Amino acid sequence: MTTTATTPDPSTGSTKAGSFDPIRARRDFPILTRTIGGKPLVYLDNAATAQKPQVVIDTICRYYESQNANIHRGVHRLSVDATRAYEQARAKVAGFISAARPEEIIFVRSATEAINLVAQSYARPRLGAGDEVLITTMEHHSNIVPWQIVCQQTGARLRVVPINDAGELEMEAYDKLLGPRTKIVAVAHISNSLGTINPVKEIIAIAQRQGVPVLVDGAQAAPHLPIDVQALGCEFYAISGHKMFGPSGIGALYGRFDVLDAMEPYQGGGEMILSVTFDKTIYNHVPHKFEAGTPNIAGAIGLGATIDYLDTLGLDKIAAYEQGLLDYTTKTLASIDGVRLIGTARHKAAVVSFLVGDIHPHDVGTILDQEGIAVRTGHHCAQPVMQRFGLTATVRASLALYNTESEIDVLGAGLRTVLEVFGS
Amino acid sequence: MTELTDLYQELILDHNRSPRNRRRPAVPSRKAEGYNPLCGDRVTVYVSLDGEVLKDVSFEGSGCAISTAAASIMTQGLKGKSVGEARALFEKFRRLVTGDPAGDGEPELGKLHAFGGVSRFPARVKCATLVWHTLMAALNDREEVVSTE
Repeated sequence: MTTTATTPDPSTGSTKAGSFDPIRARRDFPILTRTIGGKPLVYLDNAATAQKPQVVIDTICRYYESQNANIHRGVHRLSVDATRAYEQARAKVAGFISAARPEEIIFVRSATEAINLVAQSYARPRLGAGDEVLITTMEHHSNIVPWQIVCQQTGARLRVVPINDAGELEMEAYDKLLGPRTKIVAVAHISNSLGTINPVKEIIAIAQRQGVPVLVDGAQAAPHLPIDVQALGCEFYAISGHKMFGPSGIGALYGRFDVLDAMEPYQGGGEMILSVTFDKTIYNHVPHKFEAGTPNIAGAIGLGATIDYLDTLGLDKIAAYEQGLLDYTTKTLASIDGVRLIGTARHKAAVVSFLVGDIHPHDVGTILDQEGIAVRTGHHCAQPVMQRFGLTATVRASLALYNTESEIDVLGAGLRTVLEVFGS
Repeated sequence: MTELTDLYQELILDHNRSPRNRRRPAVPSRKAEGYNPLCGDRVTVYVSLDGEVLKDVSFEGSGCAISTAAASIMTQGLKGKSVGEARALFEKFRRLVTGDPAGDGEPELGKLHAFGGVSRFPARVKCATLVWHTLMAALNDREEVVSTE
Protein backbone atom coordinates (compact mmCIF):
# COMPACT_ATOMS: atom_id res chain seq x y z
CA MET A 1 0.00 0.00 0.00
CA THR A 2 2.78 2.41 -0.74
CA THR A 3 1.85 3.35 -4.26
CA THR A 4 0.42 6.78 -4.76
CA ALA A 5 -1.09 6.14 -8.15
CA THR A 6 -4.59 7.44 -8.60
CA THR A 7 -4.92 5.58 -11.85
CA PRO A 8 -3.78 2.04 -12.44
CA ASP A 9 -0.54 1.87 -14.33
CA PRO A 10 -0.86 -0.62 -17.16
CA SER A 11 2.90 -0.68 -17.68
CA THR A 12 3.53 -2.24 -14.29
CA GLY A 13 0.16 -3.95 -14.05
CA SER A 14 0.58 -6.09 -17.11
CA THR A 15 3.57 -7.94 -15.72
CA LYS A 16 1.97 -8.36 -12.34
CA ALA A 17 -1.39 -9.33 -13.78
CA GLY A 18 -0.17 -12.85 -14.28
CA SER A 19 0.00 -13.32 -10.56
CA PHE A 20 -3.66 -12.47 -10.02
CA ASP A 21 -5.91 -15.47 -10.52
CA PRO A 22 -9.60 -14.55 -10.73
CA ILE A 23 -10.66 -18.20 -10.88
CA ARG A 24 -8.95 -18.82 -7.58
CA ALA A 25 -10.44 -15.64 -6.11
CA ARG A 26 -13.93 -16.76 -7.18
CA ARG A 27 -13.66 -19.72 -4.81
CA ASP A 28 -13.50 -17.27 -1.92
CA PHE A 29 -17.02 -15.99 -2.69
CA PRO A 30 -19.68 -18.61 -1.88
CA ILE A 31 -22.53 -16.76 -3.59
CA LEU A 32 -20.81 -17.12 -6.97
CA THR A 33 -21.64 -20.83 -7.03
CA ARG A 34 -25.38 -20.26 -7.03
CA THR A 35 -27.65 -20.32 -10.02
CA ILE A 36 -30.44 -17.98 -11.09
CA GLY A 37 -33.31 -19.79 -12.79
CA GLY A 38 -30.97 -22.72 -13.51
CA LYS A 39 -28.21 -20.55 -14.97
CA PRO A 40 -24.93 -19.66 -13.28
CA LEU A 41 -25.06 -16.26 -11.64
CA VAL A 42 -23.11 -13.65 -13.59
CA TYR A 43 -22.86 -10.83 -11.10
CA LEU A 44 -22.07 -7.55 -12.84
CA ASP A 45 -23.63 -5.14 -10.35
CA ASN A 46 -20.60 -4.54 -8.19
CA ALA A 47 -20.88 -0.77 -8.19
CA ALA A 48 -24.20 -1.21 -6.39
CA THR A 49 -22.77 -3.67 -3.90
CA ALA A 50 -20.01 -6.26 -4.04
CA GLN A 51 -20.24 -9.89 -2.93
CA LYS A 52 -18.62 -11.10 0.28
CA PRO A 53 -15.72 -13.51 0.64
CA GLN A 54 -16.12 -16.41 3.07
CA VAL A 55 -13.51 -14.90 5.39
CA VAL A 56 -15.66 -11.79 5.92
CA ILE A 57 -18.80 -13.87 6.49
CA ASP A 58 -16.91 -16.08 8.96
CA THR A 59 -15.45 -13.11 10.81
CA ILE A 60 -18.90 -11.62 11.38
CA CYS A 61 -20.34 -15.00 12.45
CA ARG A 62 -17.45 -15.58 14.82
CA TYR A 63 -17.87 -12.16 16.35
CA TYR A 64 -21.52 -12.79 17.18
CA GLU A 65 -20.93 -16.41 18.18
CA SER A 66 -18.07 -15.88 20.58
CA GLN A 67 -16.92 -12.26 20.90
CA ASN A 68 -19.99 -10.04 21.12
CA ALA A 69 -19.83 -7.29 23.74
CA ASN A 70 -20.18 -3.53 23.83
CA ILE A 71 -16.98 -1.58 23.39
CA HIS A 72 -15.12 1.15 25.25
CA ARG A 73 -16.94 0.34 28.48
CA GLY A 74 -16.96 -2.48 30.95
CA VAL A 75 -13.91 -4.15 32.37
CA HIS A 76 -14.92 -7.66 31.52
CA ARG A 77 -12.91 -9.76 29.16
CA LEU A 78 -15.39 -9.84 26.29
CA SER A 79 -15.69 -6.07 26.24
CA VAL A 80 -11.93 -5.65 26.31
CA ASP A 81 -11.54 -8.10 23.41
CA ALA A 82 -14.34 -6.52 21.37
CA THR A 83 -12.83 -3.08 21.93
CA ARG A 84 -9.45 -4.31 20.79
CA ALA A 85 -10.90 -5.92 17.65
CA TYR A 86 -12.87 -2.76 16.82
CA GLU A 87 -9.84 -0.52 17.25
CA GLN A 88 -7.69 -2.95 15.26
CA ALA A 89 -10.21 -2.60 12.43
CA ARG A 90 -9.78 1.17 12.63
CA ALA A 91 -6.03 0.74 12.32
CA LYS A 92 -6.54 -1.56 9.32
CA VAL A 93 -8.66 1.06 7.55
CA ALA A 94 -6.00 3.67 8.32
CA GLY A 95 -3.34 1.42 6.82
CA PHE A 96 -5.51 0.59 3.82
CA ILE A 97 -5.76 4.21 2.73
CA SER A 98 -2.37 5.26 4.17
CA ALA A 99 -3.72 7.62 6.81
CA ALA A 100 -1.09 9.01 9.17
CA ARG A 101 -2.84 7.68 12.28
CA PRO A 102 -5.82 5.49 13.19
CA GLU A 103 -7.61 8.37 14.95
CA GLU A 104 -8.14 9.90 11.52
CA ILE A 105 -10.63 7.12 10.73
CA ILE A 106 -14.23 7.60 11.84
CA PHE A 107 -16.56 4.66 11.49
CA VAL A 108 -19.88 5.60 9.92
CA ARG A 109 -22.83 3.76 8.38
CA SER A 110 -21.85 4.41 4.80
CA ALA A 111 -20.00 6.74 2.49
CA THR A 112 -23.26 8.68 2.40
CA GLU A 113 -23.11 9.24 6.14
CA ALA A 114 -19.45 10.22 5.88
CA ILE A 115 -20.35 12.99 3.43
CA ASN A 116 -23.30 14.14 5.55
CA LEU A 117 -20.99 14.27 8.55
CA VAL A 118 -18.57 16.56 6.73
CA ALA A 119 -21.39 18.70 5.35
CA GLN A 120 -22.91 19.23 8.80
CA SER A 121 -19.90 19.20 11.13
CA TYR A 122 -17.26 20.79 8.95
CA ALA A 123 -19.07 22.87 6.34
CA ARG A 124 -22.19 24.12 8.11
CA PRO A 125 -20.44 26.21 10.78
CA ARG A 126 -18.04 27.60 8.17
CA LEU A 127 -20.50 28.50 5.41
CA GLY A 128 -22.27 31.81 5.10
CA ALA A 129 -24.52 33.49 2.57
CA GLY A 130 -22.72 33.82 -0.75
CA ASP A 131 -20.13 31.15 0.01
CA GLU A 132 -19.82 28.31 -2.44
CA VAL A 133 -19.60 24.53 -2.38
CA LEU A 134 -18.08 23.06 -5.53
CA ILE A 135 -19.08 19.60 -6.76
CA THR A 136 -19.20 17.99 -10.22
CA THR A 137 -21.86 16.86 -12.67
CA MET A 138 -20.90 13.23 -12.27
CA GLU A 139 -21.53 12.96 -8.53
CA HIS A 140 -23.72 10.30 -7.00
CA HIS A 141 -26.80 11.77 -5.30
CA SER A 142 -25.04 11.11 -2.00
CA ASN A 143 -22.41 13.70 -2.92
CA ILE A 144 -25.01 16.21 -4.11
CA VAL A 145 -27.94 16.23 -1.70
CA PRO A 146 -25.96 16.65 1.58
CA TRP A 147 -24.42 19.77 0.03
CA GLN A 148 -27.77 21.07 -1.16
CA ILE A 149 -29.08 20.68 2.37
CA VAL A 150 -26.18 22.55 3.94
CA CYS A 151 -26.45 25.26 1.27
CA GLN A 152 -30.12 25.69 2.15
CA GLN A 153 -29.24 25.92 5.83
CA THR A 154 -26.53 28.53 5.35
CA GLY A 155 -27.43 30.49 2.25
CA ALA A 156 -24.37 29.15 0.45
CA ARG A 157 -24.47 28.31 -3.23
CA LEU A 158 -23.82 24.97 -4.94
CA ARG A 159 -21.59 25.23 -8.01
CA VAL A 160 -21.05 22.35 -10.42
CA VAL A 161 -18.04 21.49 -12.58
CA PRO A 162 -19.28 20.33 -16.01
CA ILE A 163 -18.16 17.19 -17.85
CA ASN A 164 -17.39 16.65 -21.52
CA ASP A 165 -19.03 14.15 -23.89
CA ALA A 166 -16.60 11.45 -22.84
CA GLY A 167 -17.62 11.88 -19.23
CA GLU A 168 -14.43 13.62 -18.11
CA LEU A 169 -14.29 16.68 -15.86
CA GLU A 170 -13.66 19.94 -17.66
CA MET A 171 -10.59 20.96 -15.72
CA GLU A 172 -10.44 24.49 -17.12
CA ALA A 173 -13.95 25.10 -15.90
CA TYR A 174 -12.95 23.67 -12.52
CA ASP A 175 -10.09 26.14 -12.34
CA LYS A 176 -12.46 29.00 -13.07
CA LEU A 177 -15.21 27.87 -10.72
CA LEU A 178 -12.78 27.52 -7.83
CA GLY A 179 -12.95 31.04 -6.48
CA PRO A 180 -12.46 33.05 -3.32
CA ARG A 181 -15.95 32.11 -2.13
CA THR A 182 -15.33 28.37 -2.51
CA LYS A 183 -15.29 26.82 0.95
CA ILE A 184 -15.08 23.13 0.05
CA VAL A 185 -14.72 20.91 -3.02
CA ALA A 186 -16.40 17.48 -3.11
CA VAL A 187 -15.59 15.08 -5.93
CA ALA A 188 -15.91 11.38 -6.72
CA HIS A 189 -12.66 9.45 -7.15
CA ILE A 190 -14.46 7.16 -9.61
CA SER A 191 -17.86 7.91 -11.15
CA ASN A 192 -20.38 5.18 -10.31
CA SER A 193 -22.34 5.76 -13.49
CA LEU A 194 -19.60 6.45 -16.06
CA GLY A 195 -16.54 4.72 -14.63
CA THR A 196 -14.43 7.85 -15.06
CA ILE A 197 -11.38 7.94 -12.82
CA ASN A 198 -11.02 11.60 -11.88
CA PRO A 199 -7.61 13.26 -11.61
CA VAL A 200 -8.14 13.76 -7.88
CA LYS A 201 -4.51 14.47 -7.12
CA GLU A 202 -4.54 17.39 -9.55
CA ILE A 203 -7.96 18.54 -8.31
CA ILE A 204 -6.69 18.57 -4.73
CA ALA A 205 -3.44 20.35 -5.64
CA ILE A 206 -5.36 23.12 -7.41
CA ALA A 207 -7.75 23.52 -4.46
CA GLN A 208 -4.86 23.50 -2.00
CA ARG A 209 -3.21 26.44 -3.72
CA GLN A 210 -6.29 28.44 -2.74
CA GLY A 211 -6.51 26.87 0.68
CA VAL A 212 -9.78 25.07 -0.13
CA PRO A 213 -10.32 21.67 1.51
CA VAL A 214 -11.37 18.69 -0.62
CA LEU A 215 -13.60 15.74 0.16
CA VAL A 216 -13.07 12.74 -2.10
CA ASP A 217 -15.96 10.28 -2.39
CA GLY A 218 -14.02 7.05 -2.66
CA ALA A 219 -16.96 4.64 -2.47
CA GLN A 220 -16.24 3.31 -5.96
CA ALA A 221 -12.46 3.54 -5.75
CA ALA A 222 -11.71 1.56 -2.61
CA PRO A 223 -12.43 -1.89 -4.13
CA HIS A 224 -10.48 -1.12 -7.30
CA LEU A 225 -7.46 1.14 -6.71
CA PRO A 226 -4.71 1.55 -4.14
CA ILE A 227 -5.49 4.69 -2.12
CA ASP A 228 -3.02 6.93 -0.34
CA VAL A 229 -4.75 9.88 1.32
CA GLN A 230 -1.47 11.48 2.41
CA ALA A 231 -0.06 11.41 -1.11
CA LEU A 232 -3.36 12.77 -2.42
CA GLY A 233 -3.35 15.47 0.22
CA CYS A 234 -7.13 15.58 0.66
CA GLU A 235 -8.76 16.69 3.88
CA PHE A 236 -11.51 14.06 3.71
CA TYR A 237 -11.94 10.69 2.03
CA ALA A 238 -15.10 8.57 2.27
CA ILE A 239 -15.30 4.81 1.77
CA SER A 240 -18.11 2.27 1.91
CA GLY A 241 -17.71 -1.21 3.39
CA HIS A 242 -20.24 -3.07 1.29
CA LYS A 243 -18.81 -1.88 -2.00
CA MET A 244 -15.40 -3.31 -1.09
CA PHE A 245 -16.60 -6.86 -0.29
CA GLY A 246 -17.32 -6.00 3.33
CA PRO A 247 -20.59 -5.86 5.26
CA SER A 248 -23.28 -3.27 4.62
CA GLY A 249 -24.02 -0.65 7.25
CA ILE A 250 -20.37 0.24 7.75
CA GLY A 251 -18.22 2.84 6.10
CA ALA A 252 -15.37 5.08 7.08
CA LEU A 253 -14.54 8.74 6.88
CA TYR A 254 -10.91 9.74 6.76
CA GLY A 255 -10.29 13.25 8.00
CA ARG A 256 -6.92 14.87 8.54
CA PHE A 257 -6.39 15.02 12.28
CA ASP A 258 -6.12 18.78 12.69
CA VAL A 259 -9.26 19.28 10.61
CA LEU A 260 -11.26 16.70 12.58
CA ASP A 261 -10.02 18.12 15.85
CA ALA A 262 -11.39 21.56 15.00
CA MET A 263 -14.83 20.20 13.98
CA GLU A 264 -18.11 20.11 15.87
CA PRO A 265 -19.58 16.72 16.78
CA TYR A 266 -22.03 15.17 14.28
CA GLN A 267 -24.51 13.50 16.61
CA GLY A 268 -24.85 13.59 20.37
CA GLY A 269 -25.09 10.57 22.63
CA GLY A 270 -23.05 8.05 24.51
CA GLU A 271 -19.46 7.32 23.53
CA MET A 272 -18.89 10.78 22.11
CA ILE A 273 -18.61 12.41 25.55
CA LEU A 274 -16.05 12.63 28.33
CA SER A 275 -18.41 13.98 30.94
CA VAL A 276 -22.02 15.09 31.03
CA THR A 277 -23.85 17.38 33.42
CA PHE A 278 -26.99 19.35 32.67
CA ASP A 279 -24.87 22.48 32.62
CA LYS A 280 -22.05 21.34 30.42
CA THR A 281 -20.92 18.38 28.37
CA ILE A 282 -17.32 17.79 27.46
CA TYR A 283 -16.89 15.99 24.18
CA ASN A 284 -14.65 13.00 23.71
CA HIS A 285 -11.51 13.14 21.61
CA VAL A 286 -11.23 12.43 17.89
CA PRO A 287 -12.38 9.98 16.55
CA HIS A 288 -14.82 9.04 19.34
CA LYS A 289 -16.29 12.54 19.25
CA PHE A 290 -17.91 11.53 15.96
CA GLU A 291 -19.09 8.06 16.96
CA ALA A 292 -22.14 8.64 19.14
CA GLY A 293 -23.96 5.54 20.32
CA THR A 294 -22.95 1.90 20.09
CA PRO A 295 -21.42 1.58 16.65
CA ASN A 296 -21.69 -1.23 14.13
CA ILE A 297 -19.03 -3.28 15.90
CA ALA A 298 -19.46 -6.44 13.83
CA GLY A 299 -19.48 -4.34 10.68
CA ALA A 300 -16.23 -2.61 11.56
CA ILE A 301 -14.55 -5.91 12.37
CA GLY A 302 -15.93 -7.36 9.13
CA LEU A 303 -14.52 -4.38 7.26
CA GLY A 304 -11.16 -5.12 8.85
CA ALA A 305 -11.41 -8.68 7.50
CA THR A 306 -12.17 -7.48 3.97
CA ILE A 307 -9.12 -5.19 4.12
CA ASP A 308 -6.92 -8.11 5.18
CA TYR A 309 -8.37 -10.06 2.26
CA LEU A 310 -7.71 -7.28 -0.26
CA ASP A 311 -4.18 -6.84 1.10
CA THR A 312 -3.52 -10.51 0.45
CA LEU A 313 -4.62 -10.18 -3.17
CA GLY A 314 -2.95 -6.80 -3.71
CA LEU A 315 -4.99 -3.88 -5.02
CA ASP A 316 -2.35 -3.02 -7.61
CA LYS A 317 -2.77 -6.50 -9.09
CA ILE A 318 -6.56 -6.27 -8.88
CA ALA A 319 -6.45 -2.89 -10.65
CA ALA A 320 -4.27 -4.26 -13.44
CA TYR A 321 -6.48 -7.33 -13.90
CA GLU A 322 -9.63 -5.20 -14.01
CA GLN A 323 -8.11 -2.90 -16.66
CA GLY A 324 -7.65 -5.92 -18.90
CA LEU A 325 -11.20 -7.04 -18.21
CA LEU A 326 -12.50 -3.54 -18.95
CA ASP A 327 -10.76 -3.61 -22.35
CA TYR A 328 -12.28 -7.00 -23.09
CA THR A 329 -15.75 -5.79 -22.05
CA THR A 330 -15.47 -2.62 -24.12
CA LYS A 331 -14.45 -4.64 -27.18
CA THR A 332 -17.20 -7.22 -26.62
CA LEU A 333 -19.87 -4.53 -26.40
CA ALA A 334 -18.46 -2.63 -29.39
CA SER A 335 -18.83 -5.80 -31.48
CA ILE A 336 -22.60 -5.82 -30.97
CA ASP A 337 -24.58 -3.70 -33.39
CA GLY A 338 -26.61 -1.01 -31.71
CA VAL A 339 -24.70 -0.93 -28.43
CA ARG A 340 -23.62 2.58 -27.47
CA LEU A 341 -21.27 3.27 -24.58
CA ILE A 342 -22.04 6.18 -22.24
CA GLY A 343 -18.79 7.26 -20.62
CA THR A 344 -15.63 6.86 -22.65
CA ALA A 345 -13.09 8.63 -20.46
CA ARG A 346 -9.41 7.93 -21.09
CA HIS A 347 -8.96 6.90 -17.47
CA LYS A 348 -11.73 4.51 -16.61
CA ALA A 349 -12.46 1.91 -13.99
CA ALA A 350 -14.31 -1.29 -14.88
CA VAL A 351 -17.74 0.33 -14.95
CA VAL A 352 -19.46 0.20 -18.32
CA SER A 353 -22.70 2.13 -18.92
CA PHE A 354 -24.43 1.53 -22.23
CA LEU A 355 -27.60 1.53 -24.28
CA VAL A 356 -28.86 -1.18 -26.61
CA GLY A 357 -30.43 0.46 -29.66
CA ASP A 358 -33.56 2.25 -28.51
CA ILE A 359 -34.53 -0.57 -26.17
CA HIS A 360 -35.26 0.69 -22.68
CA PRO A 361 -32.63 -0.35 -20.11
CA HIS A 362 -35.25 -1.98 -17.91
CA ASP A 363 -36.25 -4.28 -20.74
CA VAL A 364 -32.58 -5.10 -21.29
CA GLY A 365 -32.16 -5.79 -17.57
CA THR A 366 -35.16 -8.11 -17.40
CA ILE A 367 -33.97 -10.15 -20.36
CA LEU A 368 -30.40 -10.37 -19.04
CA ASP A 369 -31.79 -11.49 -15.68
CA GLN A 370 -33.39 -14.44 -17.44
CA GLU A 371 -29.85 -15.42 -18.46
CA GLY A 372 -28.62 -15.20 -14.86
CA ILE A 373 -26.89 -11.88 -15.49
CA ALA A 374 -27.26 -9.17 -12.82
CA VAL A 375 -26.76 -5.65 -14.15
CA ARG A 376 -28.03 -2.33 -12.91
CA THR A 377 -30.54 -0.46 -15.00
CA GLY A 378 -31.78 3.03 -14.29
CA HIS A 379 -30.24 6.35 -13.38
CA HIS A 380 -27.68 4.90 -10.94
CA CYS A 381 -28.49 7.58 -8.34
CA ALA A 382 -26.79 10.06 -10.66
CA GLN A 383 -29.67 11.80 -12.42
CA PRO A 384 -27.63 14.89 -13.34
CA VAL A 385 -25.31 12.60 -15.35
CA MET A 386 -28.31 11.16 -17.19
CA GLN A 387 -29.58 14.69 -17.87
CA ARG A 388 -26.13 15.67 -19.16
CA PHE A 389 -26.38 12.93 -21.77
CA GLY A 390 -30.08 13.49 -22.43
CA LEU A 391 -31.09 10.10 -21.04
CA THR A 392 -33.31 8.79 -18.29
CA ALA A 393 -31.47 5.53 -17.80
CA THR A 394 -28.65 3.27 -18.92
CA VAL A 395 -27.66 -0.34 -18.47
CA ARG A 396 -24.56 -0.65 -16.30
CA ALA A 397 -22.19 -3.58 -16.02
CA SER A 398 -19.80 -2.94 -13.15
CA LEU A 399 -17.03 -5.47 -12.69
CA ALA A 400 -15.02 -6.73 -9.77
CA LEU A 401 -11.98 -8.89 -9.19
CA TYR A 402 -13.96 -12.14 -9.48
CA ASN A 403 -15.45 -11.42 -12.90
CA THR A 404 -14.00 -13.20 -15.90
CA GLU A 405 -13.84 -12.90 -19.67
CA SER A 406 -16.15 -15.87 -20.04
CA GLU A 407 -18.76 -14.01 -17.99
CA ILE A 408 -18.42 -11.08 -20.37
CA ASP A 409 -19.05 -13.54 -23.20
CA VAL A 410 -22.28 -14.53 -21.42
CA LEU A 411 -23.19 -10.83 -21.26
CA GLY A 412 -22.51 -10.49 -24.99
CA ALA A 413 -24.74 -13.47 -25.76
CA GLY A 414 -27.42 -12.06 -23.45
CA LEU A 415 -27.40 -8.78 -25.33
CA ARG A 416 -27.83 -10.65 -28.60
CA THR A 417 -30.89 -12.31 -27.06
CA VAL A 418 -32.21 -8.86 -26.14
CA LEU A 419 -31.89 -7.76 -29.77
CA GLU A 420 -33.55 -10.98 -30.90
CA VAL A 421 -36.55 -10.57 -28.55
CA PHE A 422 -37.05 -7.02 -29.77
CA GLY A 423 -36.58 -8.06 -33.37
CA SER A 424 -33.82 -5.50 -33.90
CA MET B 1 -37.18 -18.04 -23.55
CA THR B 2 -40.72 -19.10 -22.57
CA GLU B 3 -41.11 -16.71 -19.65
CA LEU B 4 -39.59 -13.99 -21.78
CA THR B 5 -41.94 -14.51 -24.71
CA ASP B 6 -44.73 -14.61 -22.16
CA LEU B 7 -43.70 -11.16 -20.96
CA TYR B 8 -42.76 -9.67 -24.31
CA GLN B 9 -45.76 -10.89 -26.27
CA GLU B 10 -46.03 -9.80 -29.88
CA LEU B 11 -48.91 -7.46 -29.03
CA ILE B 12 -46.78 -5.69 -26.42
CA LEU B 13 -43.80 -5.41 -28.77
CA ASP B 14 -46.07 -4.05 -31.48
CA HIS B 15 -47.58 -1.35 -29.25
CA ASN B 16 -44.07 -0.50 -28.02
CA ARG B 17 -42.87 -0.06 -31.61
CA SER B 18 -45.84 2.04 -32.64
CA PRO B 19 -47.70 3.36 -29.64
CA ARG B 20 -51.33 4.41 -30.26
CA ASN B 21 -52.73 7.64 -28.88
CA ARG B 22 -49.35 9.09 -27.99
CA ARG B 23 -50.27 12.71 -28.46
CA ARG B 24 -51.25 15.82 -26.60
CA PRO B 25 -54.85 16.78 -27.35
CA ALA B 26 -55.78 20.42 -27.96
CA VAL B 27 -58.01 20.85 -24.91
CA PRO B 28 -58.09 17.88 -22.56
CA SER B 29 -60.52 18.26 -19.70
CA ARG B 30 -58.23 16.40 -17.33
CA LYS B 31 -54.56 15.50 -17.17
CA ALA B 32 -52.12 14.01 -14.70
CA GLU B 33 -48.45 13.20 -14.56
CA GLY B 34 -46.90 9.95 -13.41
CA TYR B 35 -43.33 9.34 -12.39
CA ASN B 36 -41.39 6.17 -11.69
CA PRO B 37 -38.40 7.22 -9.57
CA LEU B 38 -36.86 3.78 -10.04
CA CYS B 39 -36.18 4.36 -13.71
CA GLY B 40 -36.84 8.07 -14.08
CA ASP B 41 -39.64 7.46 -16.58
CA ARG B 42 -42.43 10.00 -16.82
CA VAL B 43 -45.85 9.75 -18.37
CA THR B 44 -48.64 12.28 -18.83
CA VAL B 45 -52.20 11.06 -19.31
CA TYR B 46 -54.84 13.26 -20.95
CA VAL B 47 -58.55 12.58 -20.64
CA SER B 48 -61.45 14.29 -22.38
CA LEU B 49 -64.63 13.67 -20.45
CA ASP B 50 -68.17 14.02 -21.65
CA GLY B 51 -70.04 13.82 -18.40
CA GLU B 52 -69.05 10.45 -17.01
CA VAL B 53 -67.84 9.09 -20.34
CA LEU B 54 -64.20 9.02 -21.46
CA LYS B 55 -64.46 10.51 -24.93
CA ASP B 56 -60.73 10.46 -25.54
CA VAL B 57 -57.68 9.20 -23.67
CA SER B 58 -54.10 9.81 -24.79
CA PHE B 59 -50.62 9.99 -23.31
CA GLU B 60 -47.17 11.44 -23.71
CA GLY B 61 -43.83 10.24 -22.46
CA SER B 62 -41.51 7.39 -23.09
CA GLY B 63 -40.55 4.42 -21.05
CA CYS B 64 -39.80 0.74 -21.28
CA ALA B 65 -41.66 -1.60 -23.59
CA ILE B 66 -44.02 -2.68 -20.83
CA SER B 67 -44.96 0.85 -19.77
CA THR B 68 -45.26 2.15 -23.32
CA ALA B 69 -47.44 -0.77 -24.40
CA ALA B 70 -49.49 -0.48 -21.20
CA ALA B 71 -50.19 3.18 -22.00
CA SER B 72 -50.98 2.47 -25.63
CA ILE B 73 -53.32 -0.45 -24.98
CA MET B 74 -54.98 1.29 -22.04
CA THR B 75 -55.82 4.40 -24.04
CA GLN B 76 -57.23 2.29 -26.86
CA GLY B 77 -59.50 0.28 -24.62
CA LEU B 78 -60.98 3.12 -22.61
CA LYS B 79 -62.62 5.27 -25.26
CA GLY B 80 -66.36 5.33 -24.71
CA LYS B 81 -66.12 3.70 -21.28
CA SER B 82 -67.54 5.34 -18.17
CA VAL B 83 -65.40 6.48 -15.28
CA GLY B 84 -66.80 3.63 -13.19
CA GLU B 85 -65.94 1.09 -15.90
CA ALA B 86 -62.40 2.48 -16.13
CA ARG B 87 -61.95 2.02 -12.39
CA ALA B 88 -63.25 -1.54 -12.52
CA LEU B 89 -60.97 -2.32 -15.44
CA PHE B 90 -57.94 -0.99 -13.55
CA GLU B 91 -58.80 -3.13 -10.54
CA LYS B 92 -58.98 -6.21 -12.73
CA PHE B 93 -55.78 -5.28 -14.58
CA ARG B 94 -53.98 -4.72 -11.28
CA ARG B 95 -55.01 -8.19 -10.16
CA LEU B 96 -53.80 -9.66 -13.43
CA VAL B 97 -50.30 -8.15 -13.26
CA THR B 98 -49.81 -8.86 -9.56
CA GLY B 99 -50.92 -12.48 -9.93
CA ASP B 100 -54.02 -12.01 -7.79
CA PRO B 101 -56.77 -14.22 -9.28
CA ALA B 102 -59.02 -11.82 -11.15
CA GLY B 103 -62.09 -14.01 -11.48
CA ASP B 104 -64.37 -14.13 -14.48
CA GLY B 105 -67.04 -11.78 -15.63
CA GLU B 106 -67.20 -8.10 -16.36
CA PRO B 107 -65.30 -6.08 -17.27
CA GLU B 108 -63.59 -7.99 -20.07
CA LEU B 109 -59.83 -7.45 -20.09
CA GLY B 110 -59.55 -8.03 -23.82
CA LYS B 111 -56.14 -7.03 -25.12
CA LEU B 112 -55.00 -6.32 -21.58
CA HIS B 113 -54.64 -10.09 -21.15
CA ALA B 114 -51.29 -9.66 -22.95
CA PHE B 115 -49.89 -8.37 -19.66
CA GLY B 116 -50.50 -11.65 -17.84
CA GLY B 117 -46.78 -12.48 -18.02
CA VAL B 118 -45.88 -9.44 -15.92
CA SER B 119 -46.97 -11.21 -12.72
CA ARG B 120 -43.90 -13.41 -12.92
CA PHE B 121 -41.64 -10.34 -13.01
CA PRO B 122 -42.41 -8.49 -9.76
CA ALA B 123 -39.83 -5.80 -10.55
CA ARG B 124 -41.86 -4.87 -13.63
CA VAL B 125 -45.37 -4.58 -12.14
CA LYS B 126 -44.92 -0.83 -11.65
CA CYS B 127 -44.04 -0.44 -15.33
CA ALA B 128 -47.46 -1.84 -16.22
CA THR B 129 -49.46 0.05 -13.61
CA LEU B 130 -47.90 3.53 -13.65
CA VAL B 131 -50.05 4.77 -16.52
CA TRP B 132 -53.17 3.40 -14.84
CA HIS B 133 -52.38 5.12 -11.55
CA THR B 134 -51.84 8.29 -13.54
CA LEU B 135 -55.19 7.84 -15.28
CA MET B 136 -56.88 7.47 -11.89
CA ALA B 137 -55.24 10.71 -10.72
CA ALA B 138 -56.52 12.46 -13.84
CA LEU B 139 -60.03 11.14 -13.23
CA ASN B 140 -59.82 12.25 -9.59
CA ASP B 141 -58.53 15.62 -10.84
CA ARG B 142 -55.44 15.39 -8.67
CA GLU B 143 -52.72 17.82 -9.64
CA GLU B 144 -49.70 16.32 -7.88
CA VAL B 145 -47.38 13.96 -9.70
CA VAL B 146 -48.27 10.31 -9.19
CA SER B 147 -45.30 8.26 -8.06
CA THR B 148 -44.93 4.50 -8.08
CA GLU B 149 -43.01 4.67 -4.80
